[in-house]
Amino acid sequence: MIQPHGGKIVDRVLRGRDQEEALARARSLRALAIDAELVSDVENIAAGVYSPLEGFMGSGDFQAVLSGMRLQNDLPWTIPIVLDVDRQTASPLKAGEEVLLRAEDGREIALMRVDEKYEYAKEETAEKVFGTADPAHPGVAKVIRMKDVLLSGPVDLIAVAPTPFDRWKLHPKETRVLFREKGWRTVVGFQTRNTPHIGHEYVQKAALTFTDGIFINPVIGRKKKGDFKDEVILASYEELIRHYYLKERAVMAILQMEMRYAGPREAIHHAIIRKNFGCTHIIIGRDHAGVGSFYHPYAAQDIFEEFPDLGIVPLFFRSFYYCRKCGSVVNEKICPHPPSEQIQFSGTKIRDLLVKGECPPPELMRPEVAKVIMEFKDPFNE
Amino acid sequence: MDKEFTPISIPTTLYKKIEELIKGTEYGSVSSYVSKILRDSLAKNDPGAQAFTKEEEEKVKERLKALGYID
Repeated sequence: MIQPHGGKIVDRVLRGRDQEEALARARSLRALAIDAELVSDVENIAAGVYSPLEGFMGSGDFQAVLSGMRLQNDLPWTIPIVLDVDRQTASPLKAGEEVLLRAEDGREIALMRVDEKYEYAKEETAEKVFGTADPAHPGVAKVIRMKDVLLSGPVDLIAVAPTPFDRWKLHPKETRVLFREKGWRTVVGFQTRNTPHIGHEYVQKAALTFTDGIFINPVIGRKKKGDFKDEVILASYEELIRHYYLKERAVMAILQMEMRYAGPREAIHHAIIRKNFGCTHIIIGRDHAGVGSFYHPYAAQDIFEEFPDLGIVPLFFRSFYYCRKCGSVVNEKICPHPPSEQIQFSGTKIRDLLVKGECPPPELMRPEVAKVIMEFKDPFNE
Repeated sequence: MDKEFTPISIPTTLYKKIEELIKGTEYGSVSSYVSKILRDSLAKNDPGAQAFTKEEEEKVKERLKALGYID
């Protein structure tokens, strides 16, 4: 089994007596309310999805990640994992103080020891992580909205916040047992925030041809307006797997995390996460984790050259399309026919057909998948 | 950010073998290859890397069965 990033899976999920004691102690602690995205980050830290992080980053790691895309100990890491609070909230907090992290609905989520509080430059942060300070970029807009002070320190998870998708939620320790039980020595991870069209299936199956299994890992959480709703993505993939995959070769579980749309940096982040889940390979397609035209279509592939020590093998796919002449999904390396024979997998085109209640042609989307999507009254995020 | 490095010595013959080995691979230098091998080795010898007790593993398998992931 592939080693987790940094060598071990972090496990800071409190259980049994530790959990009871934490809950009792929490009553006397100062409480900080955190939003749903931060709740997901807390869970991901505690469950080892972000191994080797044990908590929110301190200023040393934060600066190292911004400027060098590595933690202070030289391990690759490209996205800051930080907890922001306003100055008023930060002011009374002392280093070493334990605080309770609460969800917005009041639920106790975790205890955190505050090791450090520090300020940061928002524009510089956005520029480094997203390669732009343009507020039209959703990640930049989020950084601009962030509060002014960052808190660092280890977190201990008291309780997982329930979601409608818990049936698909597996932690890295669980997926590692799962892959072993399946007898998979090589596993390719597939990151998605979309319903599957034929092109996705082609990429997944091309990769699966060379590995023992595929781990389809949709990102569940805040996305941008117009993206498919989480429940639609899951239902459509369930249908695809049921009809077109061998049960012993494909599994799906969710990754509860917000999309940052950080393009190349996020591709590395996604690779690290899948390595922690136990994947030996990860599919990186065109404009992975990109948004609009902020990144070169293959920047998310090129960045892997800077991380020969990443420990997970990226499988790069370039553009693919349906060729009428070939009668199959192809790519620019294997199809000699002119563009007039090509049908592009246009998300906009598929979406327009679905909105009109029309089934996309079978060259673009499996009819079973289209039917499931059309059963939702409004399949897109508002 | 400047990273700190420390030189270590390995036999020249070994260095040359590694140099040959990594030609055409993603490793840009002997140092990056050796760093990767050493990190993996350290990780394997870390007792904290052992993920589960037997009891915990059984619980995980039960959950995976209940969710239909394994038979």
